[in-house]
Amino acid sequence: MSDVNSEAPTVALMDQLPDASIQGQSPLFHADLATVAKKGPKTGGVVFKEQALMGQITLRLNAENAEQLKAAEKVLGVSLPTQPLTSVESGDVSVRWISPDEWLIIVPGLKAFDVESALHAALSGHYQVVNVSGGWTVFMLSGKNARDVLQKSAPVDVHPAAFPVGKVVTTVFAKSSAIIRRAGDDQYELVVRRSFADYLWLWLQDASREYGLVVEA
Amino acid sequence: MFYIYCPYCGEHREEEEFHNHGQAHIERPKDPDSCTDEEWGNYMFFRKNPKGLHHEIWVHAAGCRKFFNVTRHTVTYEIKEVYKMGEQPKVVAE
Repeated sequence: MSDVNSEAPTVALMDQLPDASIQGQSPLFHADLATVAKKGPKTGGVVFKEQALMGQITLRLNAENAEQLKAAEKVLGVSLPTQPLTSVESGDVSVRWISPDEWLIIVPGLKAFDVESALHAALSGHYQVVNVSGGWTVFMLSGKNARDVLQKSAPVDVHPAAFPVGKVVTTVFAKSSAIIRRAGDDQYELVVRRSFADYLWLWLQDASREYGLVVEA
Repeated sequence: MFYIYCPYCGEHREEEEFHNHGQAHIERPKDPDSCTDEEWGNYMFFRKNPKGLHHEIWVHAAGCRKFFNVTRHTVTYEIKEVYKMGEQPKVVAE
């Protein structure tokens, strides 16, 4: 496919974090998870942890364009997963397959602007890189009953036979939506919209009640 | 409930994740300025309502957000075939 623009367009880039010393607030800031973790139970079937203030970057390009794939790999240190519903992880960078031409990259929040800039510098042709860090937050669910909570909340099959470690699905989650990745044997990562973070935090507390919910800060 | 195969994700998902977008393979008149009102009206407003096989567009709205085509039997609700955009159906009404 030929590229729409033969000339490289100028992309306006803005660092959303002007100063690392300015304290950011995660969408669950008001829930004061540190206090909840301190006062709450220490053992239970489900462990909840918010990975606050991560950096999320949406990357769209043509998966059949070897040049673009190579450029993205050079920046990220890992090759983009082109197999549907897979993810890769290397150090503090993780990449999720979202669609045949779309990936979600998660890096530590303070690194997001560097990765975003590097992707813009490396890629050429018809592509899109958007720093969507403000729009999402990441929940980690673990423990022996974490899978039971997912089964109550989402219509996808999360049985280990159908949901191996590393698999990613974007799906309906408790009438909202989430990008669910199996990060480990009993460990699931939920990337959720920040506007739904509070609702899903309440939902997860309710859904985990019968197994015992442990909150980690 | 339908259990729909998404040709882009490569697996079956619940109907809850999808939206129907109506009849597939509607061709826009090549030259709208010189087509008749009837041709334009047919393109714009008239849709099939068959008792039997129907080709329709679905979108994996909560998943990969890609559009694709489904051939469905409107009486039995059986999904006969799922195929990507730009492809032609193999299962067609006689």
